[in-house]
Amino acid sequence: MDVTQTTLTDLRDAIASREVTSTQATRAYLDRIAAHDKTLGAYTQVFEERAMQQAAAADAGKRPGVLAGVPIAIKDNLCSTFGRTTCSSRMLENFRAPYDATVVAKLEAAGAVILGKTNLDEFAMGSSCENSAFGVTRNPWDTDRVPGGSSGGSAVAVAADLCAASLGSDTGGSIRMPAALCGVVGLKPTYGRVSRFGLVAYASSLDQVGPFARNVKDAALMLNVIAGFDKMDSTSADAPVPDYLADLDKPIEGLKLGVARQYMSDANDPAVARAIEAAIGAYRNLGARIIEVDLPHTEYGIAAYYMVATAEASSNLARYDGVHYGHRTAKPDDLIDLYAASRAEGFGDEVKRRIMLGTYALSSGYYDAYYLRALKVRRLIKEDFDKAFEQVDAIICPTTTHPAFRFGEKTDDPLAMYLNDVYTVNCNLAGIPGVSLPCGFSEADGVALPIGMQLLGPAMSEAKLLRTARMYEACERHGARRPVMAGG
Amino acid sequence: MSHTLTDEQVRHVARLARLKLADDQVHYFAQQLSAVLGYVDKLAELDVQNVEPMAHPSAITNRFRDDVPTQPLSNEAVLANAPDADPPFFKVPKVLGDGGGA
Repeated sequence: MDVTQTTLTDLRDAIASREVTSTQATRAYLDRIAAHDKTLGAYTQVFEERAMQQAAAADAGKRPGVLAGVPIAIKDNLCSTFGRTTCSSRMLENFRAPYDATVVAKLEAAGAVILGKTNLDEFAMGSSCENSAFGVTRNPWDTDRVPGGSSGGSAVAVAADLCAASLGSDTGGSIRMPAALCGVVGLKPTYGRVSRFGLVAYASSLDQVGPFARNVKDAALMLNVIAGFDKMDSTSADAPVPDYLADLDKPIEGLKLGVARQYMSDANDPAVARAIEAAIGAYRNLGARIIEVDLPHTEYGIAAYYMVATAEASSNLARYDGVHYGHRTAKPDDLIDLYAASRAEGFGDEVKRRIMLGTYALSSGYYDAYYLRALKVRRLIKEDFDKAFEQVDAIICPTTTHPAFRFGEKTDDPLAMYLNDVYTVNCNLAGIPGVSLPCGFSEADGVALPIGMQLLGPAMSEAKLLRTARMYEACERHGARRPVMAGG
Repeated sequence: MSHTLTDEQVRHVARLARLKLADDQVHYFAQQLSAVLGYVDKLAELDVQNVEPMAHPSAITNRFRDDVPTQPLSNEAVLANAPDADPPFFKVPKVLGDGGGA
């Protein structure tokens, strides 16, 4: 068995049955990181020594659990008492969190070996992974192209076989979009399903932690580990957690799948449109009923999202004051200058842009026109989904309009970059779950670029959503294709 | 609603947000923020007069824990990341007298 070329579930089983040791698996992944990560930039930190110790402990039976000995990566905006928690920002370059995020503690309690922390757009703000203070992350399918953001590092770590699975966070598509552009499975759970305690806040009413994996089953296994109520997160849902693996391979009888005209627009790249049509056809062949649904406020999502998200960001990021932790300017004139100069030096341009947008939207005279109006449109978007889910079990649509774009293509035009999120943001505004999985490739000039399809379901419908995704995956195995990288 | 942010407005917003901007950055951000806000004006197309604003996706209202003391982070842990500290205090420039600045 080549331990880096198998699935999370198979590797977990192989370690459990002693076919391979965690030490072998961890060593193999660390070697692969050493060989490829200089090019890809998926990791901000690798914990080689600690990971090998954890692997040895797992092999000695001292780290039991459903992920015993399996090497996992986590996004570098999840607090951990080991290593640093940088959010890929100069602001937190040297920050050492005094506690573990609940999801990190849960991974550890499940016996996982944490290989390292992955690169992101600074403070999870971006759609291309070009906004990291520590260098870009590259798409393994074509290293001239972006992996998508903001959890680009976590997506690439899975796509390039630099870990068995990973965690990311999704505020407006930051798990699903890089999953689509890198050809892996990415799940954004229902708001509140997974604890946000220890996830460095960007936009608190939208942020949600979720897994990246090579297939739907692995994603379900990861969700089993991280889901559940947490008293440390006052927005966490106090609801029972089903076993997401229990009926995963049981197809849903009488599945009703919604297709919305608003997501099948001319904006879609022809290859994306073809791949989604083919996926809809595959579901039809599986016996699903395809039903047209209407989501009339879809086109207002981006505008509403960027007002809500930036307003919350401007408030959340006020804590970076150069006093309590984080970067501090060298010679401030006075206290106000200490704040303003520390923040100017610590934050990158995209973060500054969003803080200012949010500050403006919340400022006197503009609050009603921008922020309050966005909250009302948010309600309309949620009601669109509520109505649609009265008719269907899930909605199928593209995750992105296009496959991965080239570096620098949209960096000077923030609006063009923001418009990328057109199919992902409404899911966060409504708080519903969404999963992206590979559904084909765009082939041009000898380069294959993955295409992702998205399934959206009502709140707390992850079990059904994952089963729906699994039905497709069981017959169309696009995710099995791996990128070819220099040096193998 | 105004689509165009003037340099002066950007300076004002930056001041509110406690961000020190160089002069050349002010104009750069004014152009970019204006483009985004111009797009956001789309929201004005909708009649939302009778729509209840939705600040949060879940129906959860204030959730309180029992009023029992718990162990907070130690002073040491809290100060460990401080850029400048004189335990048990954070150090900042003089606030009163000439140090106010605001």
